[in-house]
Amino acid sequence: MKEVSAFNITKAVAEMCQEANFDLCGDVKEALIHFKEKEVSPIGKSILEDILENAELATVKRVPMCQDTGMTVVYVEIGSETVVVDGFIEDAINDGIAIGYGTGYLRKSVVKDPLIRVNTNDNTPGIIHYEMVEGEHFKITVAPKGFGSENMSRMKMLKPSDGIEGVKAFVLETVSEAGPNPCPPIVVGVGIGGTIEKAAYIAKKSLMRPLDAHHPDEHIKALEIELLDSINKLGIGPQGLGGLTTAIGVNIETFPTHIAGLPVVVNINCHAARHVSRTL
Amino acid sequence: MKKKIQTPLTNEIVESLKAGDQILLSGTIYTGRDAAHARLIECLKNNEPLPFDIEGSILYYVGPAPSKPGEAIGSCGPTTSYRMDDLTTPLLDLGLKGMVGKGKRDLKVIESMKQNKAVYFAAIGGAGALIANSVISSEIIAYEDLGAEAIRKLEVKDFPCIVVIDCYGENMYETERQKYERK
Ligand code: SF4
Repeated sequence: MKEVSAFNITKAVAEMCQEANFDLCGDVKEALIHFKEKEVSPIGKSILEDILENAELATVKRVPMCQDTGMTVVYVEIGSETVVVDGFIEDAINDGIAIGYGTGYLRKSVVKDPLIRVNTNDNTPGIIHYEMVEGEHFKITVAPKGFGSENMSRMKMLKPSDGIEGVKAFVLETVSEAGPNPCPPIVVGVGIGGTIEKAAYIAKKSLMRPLDAHHPDEHIKALEIELLDSINKLGIGPQGLGGLTTAIGVNIETFPTHIAGLPVVVNINCHAARHVSRTL
Repeated sequence: MKKKIQTPLTNEIVESLKAGDQILLSGTIYTGRDAAHARLIECLKNNEPLPFDIEGSILYYVGPAPSKPGEAIGSCGPTTSYRMDDLTTPLLDLGLKGMVGKGKRDLKVIESMKQNKAVYFAAIGGAGALIANSVISSEIIAYEDLGAEAIRKLEVKDFPCIVVIDCYGENMYETERQKYERK
């Protein structure tokens, strides 16, 4: 039986909150460089250069790349032969968030009640998802999510007869409607299937996948490639000021669904696509 | 060529700015986002004075990250502007001349900008660390209890932004996208 101490979870989460906000993921940086080379709009190209310079500056100065340091989404994979000792896992994670955001000078962007709207002042609670896996294993992923892009996300219960064409149309419509608002270039996460909440869960989870890795199923991989191409023909461009770089990646996840349904969720992420994982 | 602009904004300055102009802004600007806007509108309803002189002023839609010791401000890129649309026209009527944010504005804001001669600039969303370099000082002047959403008076030097919607209603979000759209 593997033991993981609550203290180590708190420490890891605190560090990961800062790391995620200070250091742009390598795959995102690579993608931004790649698209910058191909961008034909002069303003678009200079915006991509500024975004890369911003990332560099954030890393060197240990400051957040974006002031919206997000609501903290956390994924925990726990092995069936693993126990958390010396504390309750949920408290350990939220303590880590509070410490990470406090000592890292990260913005506290969470309000306690969605209608009364008083800030909790420590960015807790996090949005914590647990997944059981087999054996001795404990992996934690911290993914701060900004709301400029979260607000532009949408869900739709399509009819089975809408099929793949319906999915494509809904994704394009969502990105087109969002336009400049989610800080393009964006990463588009799509969840297809399951139930309404499962589709939303896998859409967000897909954003954890590196941009240079496609879905293992051939037809979904083809859909990712086709959608990225169609999105970049919309002309929205960096910051919505025109250009060929509207998205730098489309990641899709699927799940079995009901004979009567075809749920689709489009979860938009901005270029500040942040996620860090650690195995304890 | 980037145009250098000094606050406060006059009608002459606003009229000289055209959609697509790249700007380096210097002088005083005020921060305000969702919660601060709600309070400003509340002020107007109660016939109370606004916490700053709005005539010729520029509002920057931002909730900065906390500043590290020795820094004037933390990362401070723009937030999405449409959430302020319903609370903007009364401020334009009172002489607000410029807004800095990111993303679309609705028709009533654009109409009011044309009538009142005001301009909408975009700063690069997500480039908060870079933008912080052009902020010389920051001071909370109202609603301190709102934390990141408090109104701050910023002194900026060569703050980089782009005129996206000018006082003639010319809107880059529409014109530029069409240029690069591929069927
Ligand atoms: S959408 Fe992303 S890049 Fe834009 S302000 Fe929000 S967190 Fe920052």
